[in-house]
Amino acid sequence: MYLKRFFKDLTKYKKYLVCATKATLKSEVTGSYLAWLWWIIEPFCFMLIYTFISEVVFKRSTSYASIFVFLGLTVWDFFNKNISASAGLLKSNKGIVTKIYLPKYLMLLKLMMVNGFKMLISLGISFLLIFFYRVPLSWHIIEAVPCLAMLLIITFGVGCVFMHFGVYIEDLSKIIRIALRLVFYLTGVFYDITDSIKGAYGELLLKINPVAVAMDGCRKALIYSTSPNWLMIGIWSAVGILLSIWGIVIVYKNENNYGKIL
Amino acid sequence: MMEKTIEVKDLKISYRTMEPVKIKNLLKGGKRTSVEQAVKGISFDIHKGEIVGIIGQNGSGKSTTLRCLAGIISPDSGTVNLFGNSVSLLAIGVGFQKELTGRVNIMLSGLLMGFSEKEILSKMDEIIAFSELGKYIDKPVSSYSSGMHSRLAFAITAMLDTQILLIDEILSVGDARFKKKSKNKMQELIMDKDRTVIMISHSTETLRSMCDRIIWLHQGEILKIGKTNEILEEYDKFMTSGIK
Repeated sequence: MYLKRFFKDLTKYKKYLVCATKATLKSEVTGSYLAWLWWIIEPFCFMLIYTFISEVVFKRSTSYASIFVFLGLTVWDFFNKNISASAGLLKSNKGIVTKIYLPKYLMLLKLMMVNGFKMLISLGISFLLIFFYRVPLSWHIIEAVPCLAMLLIITFGVGCVFMHFGVYIEDLSKIIRIALRLVFYLTGVFYDITDSIKGAYGELLLKINPVAVAMDGCRKALIYSTSPNWLMIGIWSAVGILLSIWGIVIVYKNENNYGKIL
Repeated sequence: MMEKTIEVKDLKISYRTMEPVKIKNLLKGGKRTSVEQAVKGISFDIHKGEIVGIIGQNGSGKSTTLRCLAGIISPDSGTVNLFGNSVSLLAIGVGFQKELTGRVNIMLSGLLMGFSEKEILSKMDEIIAFSELGKYIDKPVSSYSSGMHSRLAFAITAMLDTQILLIDEILSVGDARFKKKSKNKMQELIMDKDRTVIMISHSTETLRSMCDRIIWLHQGEILKIGKTNEILEEYDKFMTSGIK
């Protein structure tokens, strides 16, 4: 019942979602001198900083280190920005939640679309780097799509659940921030997990962390012309779908309570 | 026989409030949820073109009932039938992005209120004219004075009309002149014969001058329902004796 309603609401509010996403993106750069160029400049500068740290400071010898780091950052930033904001999402939109009816997960979807747009720009820069470093491309690049799809589903599922509990648990945002920092270092954003953590632990880390699975899959598909770990992509996609269904159901079930608590 | 626009049957709304959990309280345990019955099985019908006022003391369930009719919160049991009519709860300035222009905000706020892009575009000029913002409509809302901001917010709300209008206290905004203009606009909206209106107000004078019927809510139940003058007279007596 709730799933049917989910898709019905999604159709009804799709125009609002697109308009609100554009408005949020515009409002982020309104008034700044370089305006939309910041969407490119910011990730590009981060890529230079992390490449410098990785190659010069830590002397990593990972092949195509710049692209390796940049892809890692692209995937991580999307997950991190959405999840870290999810617990406080309904509180920060109190003005809307308590005044008019709107399916609450739209707030999360809008946030994901804003960050998804930025991720697409970063992916575009990744392709520029791929051409610049003359990385041999193969049909494997299309295998990055299911990896990113899994990342989207996991992010939505986890985000929905956190968005719900964030209304009731005041400290959740702070706990999530600390947990995300730990996950960041265990995801291998600027190092290769299997190279740095030898043996079973490294392999385990590449399985139990869905962000690492998606990141590793994208790197394999785009840089190293090999296939991602399909088994883990499949398992985490299934987990993501279950989490999303659970998230949608609890958010719908409790939506009449949020207004009273916020 | 008058055409029914709203049919409410045995409406019950309770809030399962969970105390916000703090880590230090987690160890203490104990029950952190409580159920508060805000509306306890009310039923009423409202007909097309009627203006119905809801009165009652604070905490009697007035706003909860209105928010339920608007679909912001859902009932625990009972039914609300709007017979396919569009409904909106008058809310001002919802979803404004202050960095963007007034024009963009009209679209954003309108879509958020459930209107289609076409409907909003067809009302755009009227909204801009009513708000009296002129060329400022294409400037960021953050550059508006508070009066200009209120005028735009009111103009959006007042122009995007629906068949059923729910009002939680009558609004009038801006300087003295615009206050009068917005009050007149509200009256025009309320008095439209095709529109059904339910309004909450603590001002018995406002209710007396506008409403056909009054619903008196007391502790989540309907204490009385009937003609405006009769109910308001009893309510006034009740409130005066309550104060004594």
